[in-house]
Amino acid sequence: MSTTTPTAQQNPTYSEAFQSGVREEMKRNEHIFILGTDLVERGGHFAQVKGIAQEFGQDRVKDSPISEAAMVAAGLGSAMYGCHPIIDLNFIDFSLGAMDEIVNQAAKIRFMFNRPVPIVIRATSGVALGGAHHCNSLESLFAHTAGLSVAVPSRAYDVKGLIKTALRTPDPVVFLMHKKLSGVRGEIGDENTLIPFGSANVVKAGKDAAIITYGYTTVTAQKAAQTLAEQGIDVEIIDLRTLYPLDTDTINETVQRFGRVVVADEAPMFGSITAEIAATASEANFKYLKGPIVRIGGARAPLSANPQMSEAAIPSVAGIVDAVKKVMSY
Amino acid sequence: MTTDKTWGKKILRDMLLIRNFEETADKLTLRGKVPGGMHNSSGQEAVAVGVMSALDPKDVIATTHRSHHHTIAKGMPVDIVMAELFTKATGCSGGRGASMHLADVENGHFGGNGIVGAGVGIAMGAAMGIKQMGHKKVAVGFVGDGGMNTGRTWEAVNMAVIYKLPFILIVDNNQYAVETFVERVTGGNDIAKRGAGFGLPSYTIDGQDVEEVHRYTKEARERALAGEGPSFINALTYRYYGHNVGEKGQYRTQEEIADWRSHRDPIDRFSAKLISEGALSQGEYEEMIASVAKEIEAAVDFAEKSPLPDVSTILDGVDSGLLGVRK
Repeated sequence: MSTTTPTAQQNPTYSEAFQSGVREEMKRNEHIFILGTDLVERGGHFAQVKGIAQEFGQDRVKDSPISEAAMVAAGLGSAMYGCHPIIDLNFIDFSLGAMDEIVNQAAKIRFMFNRPVPIVIRATSGVALGGAHHCNSLESLFAHTAGLSVAVPSRAYDVKGLIKTALRTPDPVVFLMHKKLSGVRGEIGDENTLIPFGSANVVKAGKDAAIITYGYTTVTAQKAAQTLAEQGIDVEIIDLRTLYPLDTDTINETVQRFGRVVVADEAPMFGSITAEIAATASEANFKYLKGPIVRIGGARAPLSANPQMSEAAIPSVAGIVDAVKKVMSY
Repeated sequence: MTTDKTWGKKILRDMLLIRNFEETADKLTLRGKVPGGMHNSSGQEAVAVGVMSALDPKDVIATTHRSHHHTIAKGMPVDIVMAELFTKATGCSGGRGASMHLADVENGHFGGNGIVGAGVGIAMGAAMGIKQMGHKKVAVGFVGDGGMNTGRTWEAVNMAVIYKLPFILIVDNNQYAVETFVERVTGGNDIAKRGAGFGLPSYTIDGQDVEEVHRYTKEARERALAGEGPSFINALTYRYYGHNVGEKGQYRTQEEIADWRSHRDPIDRFSAKLISEGALSQGEYEEMIASVAKEIEAAVDFAEKSPLPDVSTILDGVDSGLLGVRK
């Protein structure tokens, strides 16, 4: 992952990949519009929609008041009417002011009223600087809610391919982009490259053990893999890319193949998606396991603003190395 | 002003239909026929019928936990409404919604709601959709006086104002948030003033006068279609029954209820007006009452005889399935 190719500078960033996917889909579907704070001039806090208002006009990229409940309500009402809105909540922490609109309304309308709600709720997520109100990892809450799908891309290619799929599917999608990945460059697909949800990506093949992860922890896991390689342990890394639908086929195949599996993310571990994966994968594949599936995740504590305290609350490279060594010891 | 005879009879019949539906459904709820119970709207008919008669059938509404009257006034057949209350497969939501989740999105009914104030936001969103698509329609959000004290209502009102959306907010103000009198919990105690503070035309009107409700809604609709943005209408009304069926109701006096029933009943007032203007004879009125009763009887029969939903479908329709899984 650290190899630099001569074309790397030309590759778009993770944020630009989002712009690219959204632009292409907005050309394709005139009913897509974006609503969020500071989008028109600033292009969003992570440049995720930079230039799109200038290209498509302010009917299709709207600056919103800071009213998360009304933003999502505007999205879901217009989606029921036939639009395909992208509601940009900026930081996922702010979604908590719109939880009724997301969980009680958007997620349940298709089930009760047989009416699709094609809405993308985009937000920046994950642990970086900013403290307790800008670093929440809420993906487990959304994955837990019937009716919502959850994307957690870790690289530019997946951002573009997944947002394109989300914008062609009549379902509410929570689209979580990790803030520490915003500027990371990478190749992207062309306008016909769509990545289905529920399709994991093998980031790195290996033969001794596997790490199942997503989001920024994919990067941490790759660093851990280098350390482990120096110690003669060759790990495979699976990036889930979406948490719902979840690629249970790949998870099961991975557990069956290795029998030694680590599940890692930075969300608080208690009651998290890693628990779901470890429990269901163990139940389905018990006879293949050499030992328990080991989980590594975030502390069940609010994130601190102090960088060292914040780092200490989530999996480190050394922590993942230790977790892999633990499964190797079985 | 004299009421048009044909229009007046239709309005009166709609209100009678709602009243009979509610009183019948209330009794059926006490007999255990309505899973989860219901919220009776008896007394509030003029708000529902007054608003809906001023709308085009293709206009959008989104409403509250107390929405039978809005739903029937919007035109949903009473047998389908009753079947939904019974949670039967033939109900508008296939039995998945019951009393609080009546909807017919295809025909502009974006749903009742179990969450106070949520219908306001959904209707505001529908209005945004209408504007995005350049359609000539309006969206109406209903909310109760209880919903005047939840933040989401005002977020939605503000958004409707700043984007000049074709949106009308109707406060179906029956004066009690469950058991709490509106004045006890509403700072400033002037709901229309709150609306006006957001910069939209705001009115407090007599919600027991069906023609007044109709007139204000019609004007609000015309402003919206002319691109002038949203309006706010606080319609004062009263519910004769408890918040939910079976409620004891110690929080208000029997005298208060009797006073509203005997002096301000929307059906009595409007039928008296039609009769005094010669638009309706006593005989015709009695026939109308009988025909409404027959229609509700048939609705109950339909609901009773309808099949229950198939429990093996509990996972159907959670999502489209189109996002797909690997392979």
